[in-house]
Amino acid sequence: MNKKIRVQATINGEEFEFLCEPRQSLLEVLRETLGLTGAKEGCNNGNCGACNVILDGALVNSCLVLAVEIDGCNVTTIEGIATPQGLHPLQQKFIAHAALQCGFCTPGFIVASKALLDQIPNPSESEVRQWLAGNLCRCTGYDRIVRAVMDAAQSQEKTL
Amino acid sequence: MQVLDYVSAGNVKEVVGLLTSNNGRARILCGGTDLLVQLRENRRRAELLIDVKNIPELNSINYDNQIGLLLGAAASCHAICHNPSVLENYPGLVDAIHLIGGVQIQYRASVGGNLFPTIIQPDSIPALIVHEAGCIIVGSNGTREIPVEQFCIAPGKNVLQNGEFLLAIKVPVVKENFGAHYLRFIPRNEMDIAVVGAGASVTLDKAKQRILSARIALGAVAPTPLFVEEAGVFLAGKEINEKNIREAARIAQAAARPISDLRGTDEYRKHLCAVLTRRALEKAIERARAS
Repeated sequence: MNKKIRVQATINGEEFEFLCEPRQSLLEVLRETLGLTGAKEGCNNGNCGACNVILDGALVNSCLVLAVEIDGCNVTTIEGIATPQGLHPLQQKFIAHAALQCGFCTPGFIVASKALLDQIPNPSESEVRQWLAGNLCRCTGYDRIVRAVMDAAQSQEKTL
Repeated sequence: MQVLDYVSAGNVKEVVGLLTSNNGRARILCGGTDLLVQLRENRRRAELLIDVKNIPELNSINYDNQIGLLLGAAASCHAICHNPSVLENYPGLVDAIHLIGGVQIQYRASVGGNLFPTIIQPDSIPALIVHEAGCIIVGSNGTREIPVEQFCIAPGKNVLQNGEFLLAIKVPVVKENFGAHYLRFIPRNEMDIAVVGAGASVTLDKAKQRILSARIALGAVAPTPLFVEEAGVFLAGKEINEKNIREAARIAQAAARPISDLRGTDEYRKHLCAVLTRRALEKAIERARAS
């Protein structure tokens, strides 16, 4: 029996306590222990961004974070982006612009875009493209994704 | 992945103790962006991971206008590239460090970790070499400091002895009329590994017409990052003109010993060495003149 370590963290505003092996990634624990399957395993080596989460305000690949490292931390996953009142503007704009086809990369893109708008509320197109360089999409060619993010930024600006 | 245990160390002494008592079975974990991938692919082994991110000395970025810049080995690229003192005094370092990975990697990866290359040549090392940076290494016998260019001894190998680890990187205060730049060639716009990388720094005379001293370093053209001392020696005392810059670039090109791989042929890399060295020098001179 491998050693298990107890971890406490706040995930999407909710207190979680779980046991994990030292070797387990945050992604693995999110998906297989906590049932939060929104973050996807694409490459499992930090290239594709499908597993993106926000860890204490920082955008990270959850496949490159060990679950034991998040003890005492605050994590936002794709499941924490929408509210009971409705979808986040980014999610609405992804639908409006048809910024997805197969949808596998979409949770990662939405989380990465959320982190972007938290840091830079009104990004230029080049800032959006630079920021999303760590997220791979094999369907859309990125153009609709970039347009959706720019539109979401503009609509957020108007509501502020 | 063989990892059996994880410790978040609280201080430097604890790390030295754990490294010594585990005799080669433990590894230091900073951002993990490289290490976790290698462990998962069984390219490296570790039974114990020692997380050093929560040790203040390893996570801090301190600038003092007498001593210079002290980068904790675990400080993230993002923290370094957003530090006002670093941005103000070391734009040539920021050039290199902000190129490491995309946003997700920037938030986790450390410059300390970037000094532990395996197959991939890191962008930060040539930039650190041209800034005359040093590695502060700590072990059971205390600390020692060596120049960055002596840290890597072969692909995947460095000077660290059993029980030792990298505590911080020390970058001296920049002199008056100093300028530095790092650039690389990649086929994409971002998120790629350098085909060739080149760093250059210059210190100019008061009139800003002549080079007093210069340093040039290249990445991805030899088994370890290459400090081309002779190119800097050539430039020392020379007037700033195209002929001298081209000659320094030619010397850097001659020193390069690239191989052919999926990123480029040796011939192409040789060609890039001259072009990138010239551009790095021109930008370094422009910065020194504007300083």
